[in-house]
Amino acid sequence: MKMLRGIAASRGIAIGPALRFQKADLHFARCTVEDPSAEWARFEGAIKTACEQMAEVCAIAEVECEPEDAAIFQAHALILEDPELYEAVRARIEEHCINAESALSDAADMYVALLESLDDEYLRARAADVRDVTDRVLRILLGVAASNGVELMSPSVILARDLTPSDTVLLDKSLVLGFCTAEGGPTAHTAILARGLGLPAVVGVGPDLLEIADGTTLILDGGTGTVVAGPDQEAVATYRRRQSVADAALTQGRERAHEPAVTRDGHRVEVVANIGNVEGARAALEAGAEGVGLLRTEFLYLERVHLPDEEEQYRAYRSIVDVFGDRPVILRTLDIGGDKELPYLGLPSEMNPFLGVRAIRLCLAQPELFRPQLRAALRAGVGRNLKIMFPMVATVAELRAARTALEECRAELLAEGRPVAEGMEIGIMVEVPAAALVADRLAAEVDFFSIGTNDLSQYTMAADRTNVQVAALATGFQPAVLRLVRDVIAAAHAQGKWVGLCGELAGEPLAVPVLLGLGLDEFSVNPPAVPLVKQVIRALTLDEARAVAQEALSLESADAIRALVQARVPAADVG
Amino acid sequence: MPEITLTVHHEVGLHARPAAMFVKTAKRFCSAIKVTHGEREANAKSILSVLTLGVDQGAVITLHAEGEDADQALEALTALVNGNFVEGVGAGE
Repeated sequence: MKMLRGIAASRGIAIGPALRFQKADLHFARCTVEDPSAEWARFEGAIKTACEQMAEVCAIAEVECEPEDAAIFQAHALILEDPELYEAVRARIEEHCINAESALSDAADMYVALLESLDDEYLRARAADVRDVTDRVLRILLGVAASNGVELMSPSVILARDLTPSDTVLLDKSLVLGFCTAEGGPTAHTAILARGLGLPAVVGVGPDLLEIADGTTLILDGGTGTVVAGPDQEAVATYRRRQSVADAALTQGRERAHEPAVTRDGHRVEVVANIGNVEGARAALEAGAEGVGLLRTEFLYLERVHLPDEEEQYRAYRSIVDVFGDRPVILRTLDIGGDKELPYLGLPSEMNPFLGVRAIRLCLAQPELFRPQLRAALRAGVGRNLKIMFPMVATVAELRAARTALEECRAELLAEGRPVAEGMEIGIMVEVPAAALVADRLAAEVDFFSIGTNDLSQYTMAADRTNVQVAALATGFQPAVLRLVRDVIAAAHAQGKWVGLCGELAGEPLAVPVLLGLGLDEFSVNPPAVPLVKQVIRALTLDEARAVAQEALSLESADAIRALVQARVPAADVG
Repeated sequence: MPEITLTVHHEVGLHARPAAMFVKTAKRFCSAIKVTHGEREANAKSILSVLTLGVDQGAVITLHAEGEDADQALEALTALVNGNFVEGVGAGE
């Protein structure tokens, strides 16, 4: 039995035989041809076949994927029909008399290099799409199958170095139990598509994954990022049990999604959502969220050339709070720094952008950035339950400066005769260890805290979550992080303030009993996690949760804490 | 040769979905259509060349069309850009 760890990319448990997906070998001879026009005809024939295949892929994707994901394939179809790409290939065939494979490969290299040189993350990512499309045509020219030997005859867990969107979509999903890749991160296409398909996926496992022989029984836990190769009977039985509990919890959770989350002994907590735009707001409401615990506002600032003005922000915020009527919506002010390209701000690049001028530090330094947002939020909250929170506060002085700016904006708006939200609650994100350590002082000057465990874990553990090598360190299950969470909640409660948590930890079923036991008042999670989190809360009493939390905090590792909860609260063991 | 100058107001510029809609619309016409942005020029029917133009929000682009349906092509593309790439505007099936 061999345990491997990767990045949890799509929730769920899969148990079944491994099947290795290998890319077709696309080596070809570079040679000259006697008859360029025949070679061009061969290329045109390959394009025609590729278009037919793409039409099929698009049709499958439309049925199987979310519209946003299906759009990936429509973009591929457009690349396949690109007249400039044809022209580049034709010129190479006719002028240099080279074979179609060489001409296509050279033309593709040119576009890939061009896209990769651009100063735009989105466009750089399109280079992979060009490769995906041109590889398809190369395969047709070479007469090789899409993959060598993936004959998906029975239900299997697919292993691969990496999977392109076309690879993923062409597999017969009724026989795919889950995906597991050696490379790739949580934002890779495979991860996104797997979530859309509701299939478990673990990515970024590392090269060891590729040493697993076909047919080896694999357990894939997409909730924790664990892969077990050749498990013993006991492990299989444990995971099977978890699988059936998870299925039942999910079904029941969906049925009761719109009911409140109340423990068996009548303790009610709020389960709200993390969103970033108006579509997210609608999805959250549908999923059963009781409001919004984190409205990210960065969407208004990215991918554009001018700062959004107050009016545009007001309309955007208003359209979101309107979705929720009188339910609470917590707007987080701009959380951005030198790692993001905002040409209109001219931010200098920093050695350590996550330790640099970002979030509240940037906003306090640039009032022209901060004030329109504060004014827009104050206006958007009129007659609604909008709250504001400031990200990355580390000191009492920063909190006071932010509150002063907000009060000045309020006074300005009133002087202009504009309506302004009354009695708006003001809070901060607790995501810097410094803030957690002086939480008693900060609590005196806010209405609430929202603990941002993603950053709190990174800063506490000094480990970058996006770095596969240290990602396991940067989890909120670390005893050090949970102790900070405990202290923050206690400090706030001592002064009658409430505490939410909007990091990914809040949506981890295994973390829910611990957080509940520590006294958390509000769980803010991604919309799809709402029903499951509510269901875990319903399975517990507050005393049971407190006992688990107390014991968890005495343990010495993240794994020990997960194992404790698995053993004590079967209802939370729903990976 | 008819030509028109437009400002792209869409928040992502001529990237992603707007770029795809733009190219699909251009392809409905047999005229040759060019887009210029600053000193760069692209074939409006080529997704790769339109993407590499790097048209961000607020950018000014000029469209030139040549062919028997040049006027209709410019009309449809203008409606799409000025309609902020709303589904159904200009791109009609």
